[in-house]
Amino acid sequence: MIHIQTEDFDMAHEYQALRNDNHNDGAIVTFTGLVRDVSVNLPLQQLTLEHYPGMTEKSLTEIVSQAKQRWPLGNVRLIHRVGSLNSHEQIVFVGVTSKHRQAAFQACEFIMDFLKNQAPFWKKETTEQGEQWVDAKQTDQQALSRW
Amino acid sequence: MINILFFGQLKERLGCATLQWPITKSLSVQQLKQQLIEQQCQWQEWLSDSQVLCAVNHTIVDHHASINVGDEVAFFPPVTGG
Repeated sequence: MIHIQTEDFDMAHEYQALRNDNHNDGAIVTFTGLVRDVSVNLPLQQLTLEHYPGMTEKSLTEIVSQAKQRWPLGNVRLIHRVGSLNSHEQIVFVGVTSKHRQAAFQACEFIMDFLKNQAPFWKKETTEQGEQWVDAKQTDQQALSRW
Repeated sequence: MINILFFGQLKERLGCATLQWPITKSLSVQQLKQQLIEQQCQWQEWLSDSQVLCAVNHTIVDHHASINVGDEVAFFPPVTGG
């Protein structure tokens, strides 16, 4: 399940959906990304997320598919919000199930690392000084090398 | 004809989100960039940026990749989701 949506998501609902129809897996790992309340040194007023409809879904589908080839995964749920968000709101959710915890932990990190480097989303922050596009981080790029 | 899209900061710098561009035969991404810069010389600074990424039909490609009539081409800065 991959969703790009403006509305918020419910962690309990997503967790239950990962458990449903899944009696063989012994591990569920989830990650939730939140909007931080500071941009550099200024309080964040708003975060706007733009994406490339069509390519975003294709990119995320490929990332999940690669994760499923590397680890024996059961259910995978991936949600990324777009549009205008406020501080402390949820942005992204990744949940994976597997028979054992190591595969679930690794697959969850793998999906997030590739999402941050390949999925076509762009963040713009608004502070009292105006709007500023977020620059890509070198550390995100370097994170791919471990895979 | 091809459909060209721009995203993120690049879209704002160029002042353009989408563009219909006439082509009659295949060309490379680099050649398309040159054509766009010839038409809009003020785009050179932003389109020539080596960080700008290109996707053809929703797949990221390099500057040698081929673009064909009917393709969807997108230019955008490094991604920052998650």
